[in-house]
Amino acid sequence: MTIVLTPTGQHEIATRDGLWVSATDAETITGWKLKPEGMCRAEQCVPMAADSVRGDAVALDVFWKKLGGPVVATGSRDVWALGAPADERNAALQGLEAPDFTLPDVDGSPRSLSQLRGKKVFLATWASW
Amino acid sequence: MWQSLYDELKDKGFMVVAVAEESRGAEHARPWIEQARSGTGSDCWQLIDAEHRLEDLYNLVNVPQAIWIDERGRIVRPPETAGSTDHFRRMDLQTRTMSPRDQAARLAARQAYLDAVREWVNTDRHALPPELARARLPTVTPEIAEARTRFRLGVWLHANGRAAEGEREMQAASKLHPDSWSLWRQAADLDAVGKASGPEFWKRVQALGAREYYPPPKL
Repeated sequence: MTIVLTPTGQHEIATRDGLWVSATDAETITGWKLKPEGMCRAEQCVPMAADSVRGDAVALDVFWKKLGGPVVATGSRDVWALGAPADERNAALQGLEAPDFTLPDVDGSPRSLSQLRGKKVFLATWASW
Repeated sequence: MWQSLYDELKDKGFMVVAVAEESRGAEHARPWIEQARSGTGSDCWQLIDAEHRLEDLYNLVNVPQAIWIDERGRIVRPPETAGSTDHFRRMDLQTRTMSPRDQAARLAARQAYLDAVREWVNTDRHALPPELARARLPTVTPEIAEARTRFRLGVWLHANGRAAEGEREMQAASKLHPDSWSLWRQAADLDAVGKASGPEFWKRVQALGAREYYPPPKL
């Protein structure tokens, strides 16, 4: 089994020859669905070259790089990380809608920024180090 | 530091979300959080961000940084230094103290920042118009995006007993995004507690020369 990390998720899936994964796993991990037109999400489709689709399998690393997202892996390629494309981050910030997130509080209860709509929010970082 | 600001302004539709960028996890941050608690049962949010997700989403480079978000969920001040200053760079490293003059200037700058938050809550002053807020957003480059991805992998490897591999990913992340103090200092802290503010840190700060460690907010 291979571990695939995304900015907010962690998936344990079967892979072959690098990051060839089933279309179902590809959709679970990325939210993009394999269709005859390519990898699609809502109205948008990214065409896939013939050598990066084999029947029901997709070369997820090829797709992710095509989307403009970073792909990194350990030397033994048992753990991969797919990062958010820079353009996606910039577009979200330029829209000025504060990107939502869910993080645990110190006792483990999840909290989401979107729960605070209607209040002025002072969002600040700190660290012990 | 932010709990008292919250206590003062909480009845005015104001909330503080304090996020600990802490890859060692909640237990490492807990002593500071317990100490800040008001005892009245009404506390600001104290969240734990082991993977530095917030820094990825908001393109942050240091702590403390703050973002101001209005009632509609819109960014009205992009990330900026929250109340800290560069006076620490002149402190006496033997005694770890600053001159009285620097201490006073540092406190005054912090006070001015806190006053700006108060004014925003009370009168909306200091909220930036959209075009200015946009212009002040730092741009995410492909190198920064890759640095975040390597850092994410590095934290995972550290947490799963593969510290040497994790360390390599984190060093690569810091090289890709040298402006991020958080990436470098978190990696140093995971390597050894105290390293984040040790001799190597000071060497890096000195190498900044005329550049700022904490760029002051443009209030």
